[in-house]
Amino acid sequence: MAGLYLHIPFCKQACHYCDFHFSTLLQQREAVLAALVQELELQQGYLAGEQLSSVYFGGGTPSLLTEKELDALFTAIHKNFSVHPQAEITLEANPDDLDLYTLNVLHESPVNRLSIGIQSFREEDLKLMNRAHAVEQARDCLRLAKEVGFEKLTADLIYAMPNMSDADWVQNLDALLQYDLPHFSAYALTVEAKTALHKFVKDGKVQPASDADQKRQFDLLIDMAVSRGYEHYEISNFAKPGQRAVHNSSYWKSEPYLGIGPSAHSFNGHSRQWNVSNNTKYVQALSRGELPATVEQLSIFDQLNEQLLTGLRTSEGVNLARLEQRFGPELVAQLRAGLLDLKDDWYQLRHDQLVLTRSGKHFADLIASDLFILADDEH
Amino acid sequence: MKNIRNFCIIAHIDHGKSTLADRLLQVTNTVDVRDLQAQTLDDMDLERERGITIKSHAIQMDYTYKGEKYTLNLIDTPGHVDFSYEVSRAIASCEGALLVVDASQGIEAQTISNLYLALEHDLHIIPVLNKMDLPGANPEEVKDQIVELLGCDIADILPASGKTGFGVDVLLEQIVERIPAPKGDPDAPLQALIFDSVYNNYRGIVAYFRVFNGSIKSGEKVKFFNTGKEYYAEEIGILKMKQQPRKRVETGDVGYIISGIKTAKEVQVGDTITSMERPATEGIQGFELVKPMVFAGIYPVDTEDYEELRDSMDKLQLNDASLVFEPESSAALGFGFRCGFLGMLHMEIIQERLEREFNMTVITTVPNVSYYCTTTKGIKMTVNNPSDLPDPSTIDFIEEPYINAQVITKADYIGAVIELCMSKRGIIKNQVYLTSNRVEITFEMPLGEIVFDFYDRLKTISRGYASFDYHQIGYRESRLVRMDIRLNSEPVDALSSLIHTDKAYELGKKMCEKLRELLPRQQFDIAIQASIGAKIIARETIKALRKDVTAKCYGGDISRKRKLLEKQKKGKKRMRQVGNVEIPQNAFLAVLKLD
Repeated sequence: MAGLYLHIPFCKQACHYCDFHFSTLLQQREAVLAALVQELELQQGYLAGEQLSSVYFGGGTPSLLTEKELDALFTAIHKNFSVHPQAEITLEANPDDLDLYTLNVLHESPVNRLSIGIQSFREEDLKLMNRAHAVEQARDCLRLAKEVGFEKLTADLIYAMPNMSDADWVQNLDALLQYDLPHFSAYALTVEAKTALHKFVKDGKVQPASDADQKRQFDLLIDMAVSRGYEHYEISNFAKPGQRAVHNSSYWKSEPYLGIGPSAHSFNGHSRQWNVSNNTKYVQALSRGELPATVEQLSIFDQLNEQLLTGLRTSEGVNLARLEQRFGPELVAQLRAGLLDLKDDWYQLRHDQLVLTRSGKHFADLIASDLFILADDEH
Repeated sequence: MKNIRNFCIIAHIDHGKSTLADRLLQVTNTVDVRDLQAQTLDDMDLERERGITIKSHAIQMDYTYKGEKYTLNLIDTPGHVDFSYEVSRAIASCEGALLVVDASQGIEAQTISNLYLALEHDLHIIPVLNKMDLPGANPEEVKDQIVELLGCDIADILPASGKTGFGVDVLLEQIVERIPAPKGDPDAPLQALIFDSVYNNYRGIVAYFRVFNGSIKSGEKVKFFNTGKEYYAEEIGILKMKQQPRKRVETGDVGYIISGIKTAKEVQVGDTITSMERPATEGIQGFELVKPMVFAGIYPVDTEDYEELRDSMDKLQLNDASLVFEPESSAALGFGFRCGFLGMLHMEIIQERLEREFNMTVITTVPNVSYYCTTTKGIKMTVNNPSDLPDPSTIDFIEEPYINAQVITKADYIGAVIELCMSKRGIIKNQVYLTSNRVEITFEMPLGEIVFDFYDRLKTISRGYASFDYHQIGYRESRLVRMDIRLNSEPVDALSSLIHTDKAYELGKKMCEKLRELLPRQQFDIAIQASIGAKIIARETIKALRKDVTAKCYGGDISRKRKLLEKQKKGKKRMRQVGNVEIPQNAFLAVLKLD
């Protein structure tokens, strides 16, 4: 099974924390969408004929797409790929776009899952992050989405924001849990380089949360979600049983995926490639029939390390016996030796299944890094 | 002999010495154009990268002028103050020198001190104005500087460009015309001056020499005057692009000798080779044992690599006799070596060579100079490591080495340079305007102060324009104390330093702040303290790390994240655990970069 990602690189306005590729200039919209169609054509062989178990429209803001535009993309997808009848087809949407009309259009389309960027139910947070919607819109769209018949819904929340107390966070989370969604994601606010937020922090205008704040709010999150029947199946993702995200899970399971659109990444097991993060360059290259991508071949070490860094984020962890089959006993023996240097209460190893504990999850990056095997390791 | 010309090139780093030398080799057909790697004379990678000739070499060119064949020996000299003794021996082997000055930059301190060396040895100086092709060239002003410095005629200055080859023909003619042929007695007993040596994996040490009197024959038995050791001259010859064996190297000429010597220590620069058959009664004047000026501990990051480090250091010493070391142990770092270096650059070079050529990851501790400590019982001891300083109550007084330092700078930066030198306990001795815009300032200051981030700051405050040279002028009594650093109460001896009492509080504070910056956060709080004896003079805390996991990890994040975590892992491998605290390799040198 394989996944298909389409990057829709437009936004009405820039959120202060976002470092994804997007443009608020909409005049290139037509050309970019035409190029997406061309790229789908050009890349039809990338997944070696595998059937798509998921399609994901990310951004940017895919909810800006009109019915006609969405249609054109689906036509191109079906023309070049075989889509499993039960495939998960997700579209990221902002609350301000999700009026009743749009929701109905989307529901009529092949899209069967919405990922809604709620982020917060507090007006001051939305303002600070420069989100385009108001709290009322967030509430309305969740209610309406259910009403028009979307069963698969997920929403994003952000915690450890500046000036967010633990009580604020609990209140926010509680507001979302009211809707009893099958799935949600909650992210600690990360101050990314080259964002407005980064500049505010640097200039001392915004005081970021400390890692102690992040840790406490992360713990609150896990406790509350689990008590409401969610599985904490990835660091930032929570699902009711059977409701895990198919598409995003493919990233963590090292399954192949094809990314279409500027800045989109693709992975086929042994190489990774990414398109240029620039709409104009992207359009120009495709108009010449070229793929504006940088390709990185993944060494056996890279592949193993990536499986560690993504796998250890999940509730399943990684299976050492399976890694052994794939990468050979020598590397995995090194990995097992590396485990001995970790704190005992960070992980569990049962029947070769290596899983991080709650306290280990707080240090998932550090642990992955410590377990990495580098090409020049002499052992 | 009358058709031999021996000369060297005196130039500041970056003034284009190597490029010009390449041109000479090319025009005389010593080297083929297509073999001409940029900067042919520098054959260590490190040298080429740094653009500094670390080890001097020599090369012979054939040149026909007015129908006569001439042998031109170019003896290359290192361009850094750390290697000034090697420069002096190279200069002693020549009759002439090209003074190469960058037409856009003018004369620098290092050039002047080497020029004085050359004049002391009565070398004929040919001033060359290089980089005439550059748009920023300012030949008139630089010519004035040269005339003032040499007292030469303005017409004596030759314009050239190593880059375009302009002026190189005239330069070769003038080398023959102006530089005197060597003098010497072909019938006298052999006296040949060793001015350099290199290590060859298969042949052992190759020593480079200049014959002053007599001649050296292949296969004869020779003696090195100062070491007293005797060898067979297994192979002798001259130096073209490759070594060319000869039966005999005559008076005035430059050549090499291979005699099965395995360690660089036996071949001392400045030593005299003489023949056993008819030995000379005395060596050539000016021999000195090279003394290390700066000391630091070198330790393997991984304690298990101690033996491997020893092997590597032994091998390094084979071709770098100026490196000295002895085993030492540190409570914090375990077993390692206390090493003596000619200067800070030499120290950096050794550390880099250990990493590059021997794949060793090492920790270099805070460097220091050599102190004299006199105890209350009147015993005078040499202290090369702050940890060796006896208990303060038993110390009568401590002496530290002083230097005479020359800084040449643009007039605009005088204030800043003086301020820097004063902050380094310098005393201004003299200030001379070389031209209306260039000043030479002379200071006396403790050598120990230039170890602490002096060069970098001098470059910064003068926007790279100031140049610096020094020589040692003996020891003076100073009020010095040892400052220790503790991490979670555990003293880290490798971070101890000897500092002036008046600066202790300021330095202690800066040191703690710097360490707070450099030490990664760990799973617990880390207390950093600076102390003198039992007294804590500064303190900082690094808060424990509560969390290390990024929120998002999707398709576009994986590659970037993998690289980030790989880097983190590599960084960790270069850390050393002391007590329960992981210390990155670079933190040990933190004290050098406090501003």
